[in-house]
Amino acid sequence: MELLIRVLIGGAIVSAFALAGDIFKPKSFAGLFAAAPSVALASLGLTILNDGAAYAAVEARSMAIAAVAFFFYARCCAYLMGTRHLTALSATLCSLPVWAAVSWALWALLLA
Amino acid sequence: MMLVRVRVNFSALRKVAIHEYVSRFVLGAAITVVAGLIARRFGPVAGGVFLAFPAIFPASATLLEKHQRQKKQRAGIRFTLRGRLAAAIDARGAALGSIALIGFALVCWRALPQHRPVWVMSLALAVWLACAIALWRLRQSHALWCAHRRRTGSP
Repeated sequence: MELLIRVLIGGAIVSAFALAGDIFKPKSFAGLFAAAPSVALASLGLTILNDGAAYAAVEARSMAIAAVAFFFYARCCAYLMGTRHLTALSATLCSLPVWAAVSWALWALLLA
Repeated sequence: MMLVRVRVNFSALRKVAIHEYVSRFVLGAAITVVAGLIARRFGPVAGGVFLAFPAIFPASATLLEKHQRQKKQRAGIRFTLRGRLAAAIDARGAALGSIALIGFALVCWRALPQHRPVWVMSLALAVWLACAIALWRLRQSHALWCAHRRRTGSP
């Protein structure tokens, strides 16, 4: 049952922020919504209900680190598409190791 | 100098196909479930990392590139970089949004154990939105200021 609720709430909130990204212009402003806390809102909300606010706070601390990694990921995507002219799919998938590496490095430095 | 105005264009929603809506829903649902499962298996420290995973960005950027390319093709231009450049601009916006995302996470981290979760989440969302808009506005102003200085030749 919890899994079904996660699917419905996660899908709905992420879709809502993606729609916000579609309707705004210019594109640089719409891009803000690509880094909206959509997954966090869904997931933290359910975590608070199931495990309590203190448990969710620990998740939020890790999330701050991953958000730094998201910044490097997005800049890498912008470089690959804007300067190297890679397709959006190649650039966004090739940059995922950047997110993983920065997240892991910061996690190892600050939280491990 | 004229500041760029933010506009809302609801007709853009008609250009998104049903399967594109479905793929976003599935991606969003999948990452929410994965984040929950990782937190269950490895604890909240590891699970929290996936709350800022760029799950939807590849799909959004690909969609944006496709729509821009199709727009140019309808105008008779077969080969264009316009789609990739638009997606790059979108990614620069996402980079600003991710700085605001740090603010969201910090508010949740510090305030959740002490205050009512509903208020904390609302405040964190407001902080994200305010930071994101302020950073975007600051970047726009800086870009316009640089362009103005280049035009006028002032040091």
